[in-house]
Amino acid sequence: MSRVLVTGASGWLGAAVARDLVAAGHEVRTLQRRASGVDGAEDVLASVTQPDAVVRAVEGVDAVVHLAAKVSFAGEEADFVAVNIEGTRTLVRAAKRAGVRRFVFVSSPSVAHTGEPITGEDAPPAQPERAHGAYARTKAAAELVALGADAPGFAVVAVRPHIVWGPGDPQLVERIQQRAAAGRLPVVGSGAALVDSTYVDDAVAGIRAALDAAERVHGNAYVLTSGEPRPIAELIAGFCAAAGVAAPTRRVPAAAAKAAGSVVEALWRIRPGHDEPPMTRFLAEQLSTAHWFDIRRTRRDLGWTPEVGVTEGLRRLAAHHAVMRG
Amino acid sequence: MSGAPLRPEVLEGPPAGLPGLDPAWSRLVPVDDAATGRPVVHHVLDTGAELERLGIAPAGTILAVHGNPTWSYLWRGLVAASLDRARAGAPAWRVVAVDQLEMGWSERTGTTRRVADRVRDLGALTDRLHLGPRVVALGHDWGGVIVSGWAIAHRDVLAGLVLTNTAVDGHAALPGALKAALAASAVGTEHTTAFLDVTMAIAHPRLDRDVRAAFRRPYRSARRREGIRDFVADIPSTPGHLSRAAVDAIAAGLAALDVPALLLWGPRDPVFQERYLHDLMRRLPHARVHRFEGAGHLLPEDADVAGAVLDWVAAPTPARGDGSASAAEPYRPLWAAVEERAEDDTAALVELRGVAERTIPWRLLARRIQDLAAGLDAVGVRPGDRVSLLVPPGADLLAAAFACLRIGAVIVVADAGLGVQGLTRAVTGARPDWIIGIPRALAAARALRWPGMRIAAAGLAAPARAALGVRHTLPEVARLGRGRALPTAPAGDDLAAVLFTSGSTGPAKGVRYTQAGLAAVRDAITARFALGPGSATVAGFAPFVLFGPAFGCRTVVPDMDVTKPATLTADALAAAVAAVDADTVFLSPAALTNVLATADDPAAFDGVRLLLTVGAPVGEPLLDRAQAVLRLASLHTPYGMTECLLVADVDREAVAAAGPGNGVLVGAPVPGVAVRIAPLTEDGRASDATTTEPGATGEIQVRAPHMLDGYDLLWRTDAAARAGTADEPWHRTGDVGHLDDGGRLWVEGRLPHVVTTPDGVVTPVQVELAAQRAGAPRAAAVGVGPRGTQQLVVVVEGGEGPLAEPALAERVRAEADRPVAAVLAVRELPTDVRHNAKIDRTRVARWATAVLAGERVREP
Repeated sequence: MSRVLVTGASGWLGAAVARDLVAAGHEVRTLQRRASGVDGAEDVLASVTQPDAVVRAVEGVDAVVHLAAKVSFAGEEADFVAVNIEGTRTLVRAAKRAGVRRFVFVSSPSVAHTGEPITGEDAPPAQPERAHGAYARTKAAAELVALGADAPGFAVVAVRPHIVWGPGDPQLVERIQQRAAAGRLPVVGSGAALVDSTYVDDAVAGIRAALDAAERVHGNAYVLTSGEPRPIAELIAGFCAAAGVAAPTRRVPAAAAKAAGSVVEALWRIRPGHDEPPMTRFLAEQLSTAHWFDIRRTRRDLGWTPEVGVTEGLRRLAAHHAVMRG
Repeated sequence: MSGAPLRPEVLEGPPAGLPGLDPAWSRLVPVDDAATGRPVVHHVLDTGAELERLGIAPAGTILAVHGNPTWSYLWRGLVAASLDRARAGAPAWRVVAVDQLEMGWSERTGTTRRVADRVRDLGALTDRLHLGPRVVALGHDWGGVIVSGWAIAHRDVLAGLVLTNTAVDGHAALPGALKAALAASAVGTEHTTAFLDVTMAIAHPRLDRDVRAAFRRPYRSARRREGIRDFVADIPSTPGHLSRAAVDAIAAGLAALDVPALLLWGPRDPVFQERYLHDLMRRLPHARVHRFEGAGHLLPEDADVAGAVLDWVAAPTPARGDGSASAAEPYRPLWAAVEERAEDDTAALVELRGVAERTIPWRLLARRIQDLAAGLDAVGVRPGDRVSLLVPPGADLLAAAFACLRIGAVIVVADAGLGVQGLTRAVTGARPDWIIGIPRALAAARALRWPGMRIAAAGLAAPARAALGVRHTLPEVARLGRGRALPTAPAGDDLAAVLFTSGSTGPAKGVRYTQAGLAAVRDAITARFALGPGSATVAGFAPFVLFGPAFGCRTVVPDMDVTKPATLTADALAAAVAAVDADTVFLSPAALTNVLATADDPAAFDGVRLLLTVGAPVGEPLLDRAQAVLRLASLHTPYGMTECLLVADVDREAVAAAGPGNGVLVGAPVPGVAVRIAPLTEDGRASDATTTEPGATGEIQVRAPHMLDGYDLLWRTDAAARAGTADEPWHRTGDVGHLDDGGRLWVEGRLPHVVTTPDGVVTPVQVELAAQRAGAPRAAAVGVGPRGTQQLVVVVEGGEGPLAEPALAERVRAEADRPVAAVLAVRELPTDVRHNAKIDRTRVARWATAVLAGERVREP
């Protein structure tokens, strides 16, 4: 049993990670601005941008799983920098000083995504200067900060789960379902771009595996996926089918979507709305180019394998919606 | 160092940053120069120091000499690859690639250097470099001439000679491109930039800009280009040229050189055309040859010369006179059945053309062959001469082919189905000395400048003769040969034929057969199917026009366009069966398909006891339909390839009894054929070990008396396809499969098409059969992504795509019983032109890769 700090546990994935650690018998503390809602965890309500709170949060802790981040397709660059880069720096420093031995940085494959198709690559180094979008750029820089702090006695591992989804996920699945239902989600390009994704249970198990293996594999970054890439249109159709929503059929060419995304992105900065913009360049790229990965090294090093997968995951998602609909 | 100070420009080696070139390889070597009487400085790339640093003692040295207007940069790939191999633990070869004086980064001495000077310069340099006791000399372009001169003068240390796109035959007429260069050289040095530019521009594929710039880098000023100009001017293009004697001496010296030799050639070379290759082959008859189809003059840029050279130095081919002269084994030649029936007046061959019918009795056929053989000998066709046969399957082809075989000429047979371009490649690549053809073929030969003296298959009027450049006609040749004695028959291990593959995967390859090998093909087929003088066959597949009579069978050529098998109708087949009372039918799947589509009277085929489908694989549904028409026939699907025409055989009943399995059941190896499996490694390659254990999937290797002698002018392909030892050679088929408990062979696909997923290798045929069970008319299973972590993708035929209908995709996934990342759909899968049967999985994989990367969807 260890004492583990989970940051960002009010988020959907963060909460799932915290619950998993509690269930595994760890003593779990969480750090985020809102209550985590995780039974059995001790919440510290603060932002990673507040150094004093961070110092309090890491006190007496053996290990940290750092998920807190500003995740968005749009927004002010300065906010991303403050939370993602500076927040990580603050946390890493405090953790190291507090004698934390293991530190898992939850990253994203987009830190190395430069807009080119990714077909069967492992986890190349993060490239802040080339990553697309403020989120990816700042996560890339943050990953470098975290891995740069790896040292004897302070084992840092970065894991990059790709497109995490599952029941109750407000970020992706529900948004896609809502947009499809409202007819606001086009198929970008041919819809055949092959993309990896990660069912939430596979991601949670992978993060725990990284935590367990940290002292063996520290200093490395690993991609997590469910190992079952699918054409993007098929995956989205699967999400929609699970919710009983018709899959999108309206097509827009990939180039047009990217161009429109750039315009919308620019407009959103001037006139921010309440919701995410309907299409950003980053999103258009994500929806129209291949990004699937080679996770053999991850499986080998972490002693982890995706147990659920996409096919079974979609079945569970449908079952969840069936229950929700009553 | 003593003597005159180095000039500033000499001290510049190549600058850092040239693509593929490590500055650490560069050395400046001062040598006493006989021409100027003072030290001059050579630039060389030399791996000696690096090998020493690695603590590796080289097995020998490769001395590489560039031509004009390049420099040692041409050999950077060889240098790098040699070091890679050395570091990987393979026997190391030091590579020394020189810049000739006045060229590259070697000194500009202001002296005009002729061939003889350059040979001497090279010798002076190698004396300084201490190359050791085993040197393989390697040269490109005019560097080939210089290094040949060096080789002749250094026989004591010479271990081998490798020449690429060069010429020593100064007497041959110079091609236009070279004349243009010669003319340009006289105009002025500024034109030599044009020469540089042209040379850089003819690479296939185009060179990167940085590479082109690197080649030009040492030639940036007119003064630095003087060497290029002088080099061009030194080509002995006129009888009285100063270097003529030197080049002639080198040419003569080559003809006496007995070390192992390798000729690597890029056929798309406007300057060093193939006749220069043939000239070198005559001077070095023991040399192994590899023509890199599609590659051109800058061969080391266009093709894997580095790999070829390093493979070859590791296992050199025999020196002159080292060819194991095996004792002449007695054999029964291919034409024996005809000769034995020279007194028989019954029908040997029946040709059906529309309503016309032509019957040739055995007696006439035998006499025709005899007359043609003697006549061909009389007009100068010699044993070993290559004769390209461009005659449609029928009596004329049969007689000409057997006549050539009888006198030891080598028949070159390429299928017109290859198309004009493929045929041109095949005919010119096989360098025929003679072409026997119908007027259409001779017109193509003329228009496309195919080599070889031309003989018309039939009589021609004088104007047509002149227009086609025809030397003889077969009727004349036969008249000439009547009553003349025949020369001695060839020995069993003499080369008899070059048969071209269908070219469904890449350019068609020439497959060499010996006389005994061809005879063994006949024996394997007749033994397996009990064919002989008692039987009659329909030759619905072109090669059986030759083999039918060789079996001693009464043979009929049905009325069809043999280049388009799908033109055979049921009526035409029925007429053929009736004409000779045929009991055996050879058909390609495409021909069979059309026969079935047009059949209305099964009774017409009740005399047929045996149907053999040949040329491409056949699915069970087609066989089931065939059985409904050929009611009393046993339906066989023999398995083989141009390289070993009969490996295994199975009939419809056995296939049905076996049920579905991993691949297609092709049956037990026929008597005389040994089959073994080289199991697949994790990364989808064939391992070195072999097994006959049931269930092991791997590359199928065969060994038989009737297999190929080798590939023609494709030394590397040949070496790669060989397994076993020289005494016990096996052929790697490139097919993947396994043996079952009963010793029967199942074919699972082609080796390059094996999909390497993170969960292990997947062979395509089983997945394709699963897709067909799921309802797809036809499917291709391919891998996308890097080896070892590929995703399995199924592409089904029919539908708009790019994604298959969700319901079909679901069924395919369920049937495939393994992870399938995507099920895509195309209107039509790309297949081979000839049979429309072999799916071009490589092309499908390329298409699927692009589509799944999110690129715009095009036709595969």
